Amino acid sequence: MARRPESIEEVLERLAAERYVGDRPLATAIFLALKLGKPLFVEGEAGVGKTEAAKTVAAVLGARLIRLQCYEGIDIAHAVYEWNYPRQLLHIRLMGEGSDRERAEREIFSPDFLLRRPLLDAIDNDDEVPPVLLIDEIDRSDEEFEAFLLELLSDFQVSIPELGTIRARQQPLVMLTSNRTREVHDALKRRCLYHWIDYPTVDKEVAIVRARAPEASERLGREVTELAHSLRDMDLYKVPGVAETLDWVRSLAALGADRLDTALVDATLGAALKYQEDLERVRSGLPELVERAQAAG
Amino acid sequence: MTVDALEAEPDLLPRLGAFARLLHDVGMDAGPGRLASATEALAAVGVGDPAAFRDALRTCFVSRREELAVFEAAFDLFWSTPNASPLAGTIPGRSQPLPLSPERARAWAETLGLNQRSAPKPPEEEIPAHSSGYTHQELLRRKDFDQLTWDESEQIKRLLQQSPWRIAQRRTRRLRPARAGEVDLRRTARHSIRSGGEAMHIFRRQTRVRRRPLILLCDVSGSMERYSRLLLIFAHAVARRENVETFVFSTRLTRLTRQLRQRDVDVALDRVAKQVHDFSGGTRIGDALAEFNRRWARRVLGHGAVVIVISDGWDRGEPERLAQELERLRRSCHRLIWLNPLLGSDGYQPVTRGMAAALPHLDEFMAAHSLEALDELGRFLAGLDRRRPQRMGLPSAIH
Repeated sequence: MARRPESIEEVLERLAAERYVGDRPLATAIFLALKLGKPLFVEGEAGVGKTEAAKTVAAVLGARLIRLQCYEGIDIAHAVYEWNYPRQLLHIRLMGEGSDRERAEREIFSPDFLLRRPLLDAIDNDDEVPPVLLIDEIDRSDEEFEAFLLELLSDFQVSIPELGTIRARQQPLVMLTSNRTREVHDALKRRCLYHWIDYPTVDKEVAIVRARAPEASERLGREVTELAHSLRDMDLYKVPGVAETLDWVRSLAALGADRLDTALVDATLGAALKYQEDLERVRSGLPELVERAQAAG
Repeated sequence: MTVDALEAEPDLLPRLGAFARLLHDVGMDAGPGRLASATEALAAVGVGDPAAFRDALRTCFVSRREELAVFEAAFDLFWSTPNASPLAGTIPGRSQPLPLSPERARAWAETLGLNQRSAPKPPEEEIPAHSSGYTHQELLRRKDFDQLTWDESEQIKRLLQQSPWRIAQRRTRRLRPARAGEVDLRRTARHSIRSGGEAMHIFRRQTRVRRRPLILLCDVSGSMERYSRLLLIFAHAVARRENVETFVFSTRLTRLTRQLRQRDVDVALDRVAKQVHDFSGGTRIGDALAEFNRRWARRVLGHGAVVIVISDGWDRGEPERLAQELERLRRSCHRLIWLNPLLGSDGYQPVTRGMAAALPHLDEFMAAHSLEALDELGRFLAGLDRRRPQRMGLPSAIH
């Protein structure tokens, strides 16, 4: 069982040991979330490593990762629990006519007939190490769900009318992520510690590429990173994130490249850019971009 | 280290309280809850390490990206001054301007024992770079809305505020009990237990409906001068009751949603005049839409939004750019409507370069020159159906 980190430096070291290249502000935020028992709200553009950060924290702690992916309309039945109705009905049928109704109800509203969804799982856990609960892309859920979460995160308990209140024996470490497609309500943010993950510097991103795509040559990694950075400065609809840089490096490495090459970059551009207009715009100036990235790398 | 251990620094807690007040003055949320968690955080990381000290406070007080720069500036100002123990001298100041009024800035300079030179300065008025307009001169005037006669504007306001407009609804993915619709297994099963597992009554549920968000992009440049005042009143009347985002543009795009949420129309319009420096400059519609598409579209266009562009189409920019950005905008919303005040005048033909470039990319092209035209728009918005429009060549309005 992994020990809880005792200092910010230790968080940083153990993130690195899991091949996550973090920085001190992030390590401080994680350290405080553990120490203060508060949820950590992580915001940043798509593909900067928010979800990855939560996965890595779970690995660092030796804890189970419980992930709830949010979407519009997500509700308690999908996030907390649901009764297994087909099984309940079947059970009643099997008990047959004339059976004791009270007994029937007691039996079918027991934990055996409960479908546990991620939030209940995180609250009602017997893990040796408190689990890490990742509430991913909270900005995609709606206000009703946010209000429910606010309640859940303040009490760490869930009421199931038929079973009573289930209180967390040990609080999970909660991490929420948002891509900022809309503002999450202040009340929810106020419950949380906050961390903004920015695009990394070139050197940091090169380190991330080295750690995450070790199969690529160092030179390829650096040149692709330089290229990704120059794309981030361009006027594009969707600039590549770190996840895209990694995909790109891996694609090029898979094609046997050990440095940038205009034809191969052109062929793999879809790993970095996801809009037709962006692809067109970048393709028109590709040779110069590649040349500049090679010079910088 | 515990909270008690912070008592080794007897000054720290009052200083932290003062810092929270500074954050409050520069517009951040620094209430007691956050102050308490900041105290706990400092107890956890200690006060010996300036970087950890800064990171811990940032984690507790900041809650959106826009606040980061303000926080750093406030932190530099506060914790590097002589009166601030225990970190004075260890924090390199970066002296960015803070969004403080001159009076508050003076008061803080005094509190912190700063001399005039190092006192926080209010941010300089931002003067946009030179841009062309039909007057060949940037008209950065702060216009008052005093040209409508009082009677007229009162009448219009009253009428607009009374009008029963409600934008059409859309289905959400949330379900609620209903008489018709798909079977609600949960309630059906629950009730059938009483009858020994026999479903005597089938319960049903349906998707809930919500009003569509409305996004207004209103041209306030020189050529729209005669209409922009009225149309902002229109925008304001709608914004008070519905889920509406309002942006105005001429050479730049400005978001006015907050200002237009002020209760009083005149207060709101005053704020508009204060914020939009380039009222009645030239228009670059394509650039404004590009900025909207990049900065705002992903944040405000969810949930089947209806977008209304209000402009006469007199555009100083490239028509290709306008067409390209409109096409992009149309693909990310439910319905793209262009209101053109000139459409109401007799014999109007959409022949301006901008308007001609825009037409193929619109779902609807409607007039906006009178209350009557706005009423028609209100009826149209209420009647929007669920389906996306069939998108092809020129919209019917100009045939």
